[in-house]
Amino acid sequence: MNFKLVLLWTDAMIFLLLAVALAGAWLIRQRPHLLLPWQRLFRSRIGMVSLLVLSLFIVVGLLDSMHYRVALPDKNGNGQTVYAAEVLSVFDTLVGDLRSQNEKTYSAPMAVYLYAKESMETADGKILREYPRLKYGGAHLQDPQNEHTGDVLKRSLYGLFAGWLGGVLLALLVVSVAAARSRTTARQWVEARQHTPLNAVLASVILLAMLFGLTANLAGAYHVLGTDKVGQDVLYLSLKSIRTGLVIGTVTTLVMLPFALFLGIAAGYFRGWVDDVIQYIYTVLSSIPSVLLIAAAVLMMQVTIEKHGEWFSSSVERADLRLLFLCLILGVTSWTGLCRLLRGEALKLRELEYIQAAQSFGVSSMRILSRHILPNVMHIVLIAVVMDFSALVLAEAVLSYVGVGVDPSTNSFGTLINNARLEMGREPMVWWTLAAAFSFMLVLVLAANLFADAVRDAFDPRLNRTGDAK
Amino acid sequence: MKWLIFIPMLLLTACDGGLWNNPYPAHDTEQAGKSQSVYYTVFTERPKHLDPAQAYSENEFIFLAQIYQPPLQYHYLKRPYALVPQAASAMPRVRYLDKNNRPLPDNAAAELVAYSVYEIHLKHDLKYQPHPAFARDAEGKLEYHGLSKKEIGRRYTLNDFPNSGTREVTAADYAYQIKRLVHPAIHTPISGLMSEYIVGLKEYAATLQKARQPDSAGLLDLDKYPLEGVQVVDKHTYRIKVYGKYPQFAYWLAMPFFSPMPVEAERFYAQEGMQQKNLTLDWWPVGSGPYYLSENNPNQRMVLTRNPNFSGEAYPLEGEPGDREAGLLADAGKSLPLIDKVVFSLEKETIPYWNKFLQGYYDVAGISSDSFDQAVSMSVSGEANVSEEMRAQGIRLSTSVATSTHYMGFNFLDATVGGNSERARKLRRALAIAIDYEEFISIFANGRGVSAQSPLPPGIFGYREGEAGLNRYVYDWVNGAPKRKSITEAQKLLREAGYANGLDEKTGQPLVIYLDTTATGVGNKSRLDWLRKQFDKINVQLVPRATDYNRFQDKIRRGDTQMFYLGWNADYPDPENFFFLLHGPQGKVAKGGENAANYHNPEFDRLFELMKNMTNSPQRQEIIDRMLEILHRDSPWLWGFHPKDFVLRHSWLYNSKPNKLANNSLKYLRIDAAQRDELRRQWNQPLLWPLWLGGIVLLLSGWGLWRVLRQREEAT
Amino acid sequence: MIAYLIRRILYAIPILIGVNLLTFALFFVINTPDDMARVQLGMKRVTPEAIEKWKEQRGYDKPLMFNTQAAGSDKLTDTIFFQKSASMFVFDFGYSDDGRSISREILTRMLPSLVIALPTFVLGLMFYVTFALLMTLFRGTALDVAGVTLCVLLMSISSLFYIIGGQFVVSKLWHWVPISGYAGGADSLRFILLPVLIGIVAGIGSSSRWYRTIFLEEVGRDYVRTARAKGLSELRVLFKHVLKNAMIPILTGVVAVIPLLFMGSLLTESFFGIPGLGSYTIDAIQAQDFGVVRAMVFLGSALYIVGLILTDISYTVVDPRVRLQ
Repeated sequence: MNFKLVLLWTDAMIFLLLAVALAGAWLIRQRPHLLLPWQRLFRSRIGMVSLLVLSLFIVVGLLDSMHYRVALPDKNGNGQTVYAAEVLSVFDTLVGDLRSQNEKTYSAPMAVYLYAKESMETADGKILREYPRLKYGGAHLQDPQNEHTGDVLKRSLYGLFAGWLGGVLLALLVVSVAAARSRTTARQWVEARQHTPLNAVLASVILLAMLFGLTANLAGAYHVLGTDKVGQDVLYLSLKSIRTGLVIGTVTTLVMLPFALFLGIAAGYFRGWVDDVIQYIYTVLSSIPSVLLIAAAVLMMQVTIEKHGEWFSSSVERADLRLLFLCLILGVTSWTGLCRLLRGEALKLRELEYIQAAQSFGVSSMRILSRHILPNVMHIVLIAVVMDFSALVLAEAVLSYVGVGVDPSTNSFGTLINNARLEMGREPMVWWTLAAAFSFMLVLVLAANLFADAVRDAFDPRLNRTGDAK
Repeated sequence: MKWLIFIPMLLLTACDGGLWNNPYPAHDTEQAGKSQSVYYTVFTERPKHLDPAQAYSENEFIFLAQIYQPPLQYHYLKRPYALVPQAASAMPRVRYLDKNNRPLPDNAAAELVAYSVYEIHLKHDLKYQPHPAFARDAEGKLEYHGLSKKEIGRRYTLNDFPNSGTREVTAADYAYQIKRLVHPAIHTPISGLMSEYIVGLKEYAATLQKARQPDSAGLLDLDKYPLEGVQVVDKHTYRIKVYGKYPQFAYWLAMPFFSPMPVEAERFYAQEGMQQKNLTLDWWPVGSGPYYLSENNPNQRMVLTRNPNFSGEAYPLEGEPGDREAGLLADAGKSLPLIDKVVFSLEKETIPYWNKFLQGYYDVAGISSDSFDQAVSMSVSGEANVSEEMRAQGIRLSTSVATSTHYMGFNFLDATVGGNSERARKLRRALAIAIDYEEFISIFANGRGVSAQSPLPPGIFGYREGEAGLNRYVYDWVNGAPKRKSITEAQKLLREAGYANGLDEKTGQPLVIYLDTTATGVGNKSRLDWLRKQFDKINVQLVPRATDYNRFQDKIRRGDTQMFYLGWNADYPDPENFFFLLHGPQGKVAKGGENAANYHNPEFDRLFELMKNMTNSPQRQEIIDRMLEILHRDSPWLWGFHPKDFVLRHSWLYNSKPNKLANNSLKYLRIDAAQRDELRRQWNQPLLWPLWLGGIVLLLSGWGLWRVLRQREEAT
Repeated sequence: MIAYLIRRILYAIPILIGVNLLTFALFFVINTPDDMARVQLGMKRVTPEAIEKWKEQRGYDKPLMFNTQAAGSDKLTDTIFFQKSASMFVFDFGYSDDGRSISREILTRMLPSLVIALPTFVLGLMFYVTFALLMTLFRGTALDVAGVTLCVLLMSISSLFYIIGGQFVVSKLWHWVPISGYAGGADSLRFILLPVLIGIVAGIGSSSRWYRTIFLEEVGRDYVRTARAKGLSELRVLFKHVLKNAMIPILTGVVAVIPLLFMGSLLTESFFGIPGLGSYTIDAIQAQDFGVVRAMVFLGSALYIVGLILTDISYTVVDPRVRLQ
């Protein structure tokens, strides 16, 4: 299949972030003193399990961030290849039919019939109002009345079993490879790690694999979480929303970090008028109610986008730029907190003896900042970043409700909830969209929160003492 | 945590036996100890203007039409819509004059008619609502005129003025209001339009503009400046002179723009210090209609109370066939209004609105698409009826096709989709076939709509039923019903237009079409998704550009669009009010008119001028048919659909009949309050077991915690 | 102290000017006065003359920041920015774009906002502290773990779900309170019950957990150990010593929030149809009413600064060693 890669702005940011993270990891591995808190983190059971769950989300998000356009079969008059206007992601391709198998309108999870009655003409010309069969959901069943339950059960069991098998194999593979590398037997390798969360992680891997097997097997034949108003698969929409959530949670941080870091440290280190100016800026920014600031900025950005329609070759790119802008704006409104923290820390650090000494030796300020102060505030940054993540994911939903969130064509938890909210008024109630959004968001944010706690415990020496419950 | 449980208890006692979830204060249905009949309804958006010269939208008319009394109104029951006198004692007499002001016979040809004169006689003894602007002291002087800023002091609403008065409505008040339409300090949406018609109004606007000192905010005495086209004959008679023959003028006389305005009111509000308190005519109307505005809190609720000075109007004696059987004539001849008080609550969200209706707290409700299945069941023949569940509650349904149209326009100035070339026409027609409005209506409106064959909705003169009105470029007539042409047909048209398989022959690039909408809000994603699916059918890429309303207007004005969504609500039931949306000389970009598509076809424009001022006749129909054929061929719009309004009402509400043009229908309604109280009580009994269960769980856990604590204490 | 206050208040002025400039710039990049006129004048039959008239009446026909045609200091003062901002500093907010007095509107809407926000704040604080104390009391046991887990779980649920779920269950299924709406006076109890309850529940997660950490920190101190060694019961230690000392960081932490209670809550108010300042703000954003947005931003910033000053003062009150300079 011929295709053309499309690199959206947020994709670029995500991969940049990934690169930074990998480089950071490599750097840390080189320095034992930096490795220490990470080792503490790796010993936290909750931390590791939530990291596992998070990384599943991240994998989905990454797959959904590789975009391309498929080449059309016909070439144009000049013999050039022409590409479809539709932008797809690797994730879209992997889930295949989930994306394209749209019903007409609502259908319940695992349903075989539509959720609303329709007039239908029977073979003998009579008109009946009945629940029509779904085009795709359970279409393989000849006699849904009798076969439906059995089929669902059978598929679930197969799925669970296949998932379990896969999980176990994966666990064995990981353990044996690791054991081989450290030149021990698998049994010894596992026993040597009794005090690490290895068992919990392996168990979670198997459980998640079973869940994956179950869903995948059922999704092949049914709409596992039902369909929405225009018949799109809710499971697909929820999975697509993950990327938006991740982008908002991470790219925002990436955008705000340089500001917060540089300005915060500079204010604390240089003091004097630099401090005054920076304090002035962040007091002004933080004194404006953030929703108002975001609303005004988002509206402004919309105008800019409107005025420059020529920047975009497709609606995906427009929506993407809007998402990027939203991240920028959220970044601008949220950097002040971290900036203030860093300023305080820098104020303390500059009084330390070795920095005073460096100053008196005439080491340049830039060098002091980058060699001595920066590394010593990194743990604060890390903690702030992971703590912010979940707050940002939650904020997106609220902003979309107020009407200043992501583009309405972007899949996100906010748009999902907004649509679902109206469905609650339906009778019989359409609950599955809301339930799907709720559970996906809960799992993501919960995992993020738990992971953030583990990070804080591992990195903040001050808090360790209190013996937070693990 | 235990105290939490006591709050509901407190609530129980606070409600003196009333229902817990009653969203109204207990004193609502009482007035000076006497119980009143109250009608509960909603407003979804706060009105911007309550000055009859400025208001021009549905959510303003629902108040103004009850408060002000223009000369004419629409008959409540009769269909097709017909005008009847309201404040006038009879329908106005129209006389035609030639250009030398000599009278012409009534059947004179339209070209000869240079002026028409409408003579309106008012009913006697019409009186204004009680209002402080009319209050007189012992010496007969107007009490609240010439107040100092200090005297106005802490008065924030009209209720802070203890005294009020009234006076008779005179023809001069009607004339005064017409002059206000071009007042330099007031923005009247129809001032431009009326200046074209009412003799001397344009010059009058210039006179007033000059008369006004550049920096004086003070009152302009309109009585000092005569207006040529409006003449007060005696206390109860006045004449309006309009250019040419303009039969639609009578419809305007039924709108609040032509209500009476007492000069005292304007003087009262013009006093310094009033505006700071929001005491303006734009906010506190002074009318002579059946109700007056007694509580004005647009953030929460607006209350209309029966005008004690209103009299002289009775419930109509006849209706259309079937009305008597439906019980709509039971109150025939009774004097109006039948309800004492109307409470409008602000309800922006559909879910609370709908649920409160089901609980019996609103007397009527529309149906949102999401609650449709709950409310309505379609019979086998496609006829709508209330569902079993609703029937059990005694809820009834009435349906009517709105005199409005929702369409998707092509910008005629656009190089791809616009213009009169055959190529663009074919492209437009291909899209017209591909976009399956029948499916749209069934998904998004639950079948509450009629797919449009032309801009004219049913019920407007010129609309043709069945095969005769069919748009043959999009539909075929199969088995007595319209059937949308197949996608192959659309693909063929697309190929002929030079976009075989959705690819531009010249460049080889996929054809991309931009759609501008204001659909940024909730629930619009699914609409856009659906539309994209429609375009996909013929491999055309649709890029929706959702913007806020400002930007949208701006783009329309600059002609910077390809396709756009719009709708139009009729001002009055005449085809002219729809065709003018496509009249070339009223192009949006060129002239700032209402023709947003910038459609321009000389033949159509010529026919429009011909048709415009004709009275309804077979000749007019014939011209309209020719115009429709041109429109069908050119396809400047995707004709979209005419929404059908479904209204649900409770069993205790009587005399309700949807009337899309008469906004003043509240005076006809009647409520059986005892029945309503009874049913509300039945439907809203609070569920108590969660309360007890919660209490028990709390007590148990409290006890458990205490036990654990004791044990620990003992252990140490 | 007085000198300090005066200095802080003077310092607030440049901040408020900055805030004003920023909102002004943001808003007028989006919205030309023409746009504003068009929104206000509605959709049907709007002529260019009408727009000019509207702008002139509301003073939007002047240049935005700098008037090249005026003379002397008028160059700066005869502009939209100056005319519209200067009066704000004496809390005269002028008129909204639909012609209503903003100050009056703010005054009438403040009460409903407070009626919701104040009970949520006070009852919430009481509840969170109680809950955190309980967790501290049972620290290290399964109950504590359960409590913390519950907190994290509650924290991970979007506030939208609390509102949607609460309305659905309590109002729709159980008929306990009206679904939405508001009435003044004694009637208001029915209407504020659910919003207040939801407000409290939505805050349990983060607040209780935060207070618990504070309590635990306090419990680890030497004086607590001494008290316990003296044979005081655990309950007495907690209530007499730990609570008293821990309330200092808690109170100084929440003082900053108190002035902002006036602003109301955007989500709660718009979901429950409460005519407070929160829904005023949302409506203004959606209607792009510049006058109101500007006034609310100004008010919010001013209250925020008041909060900062209050925090500083509260430090001196609880700890006399801190001197304000």
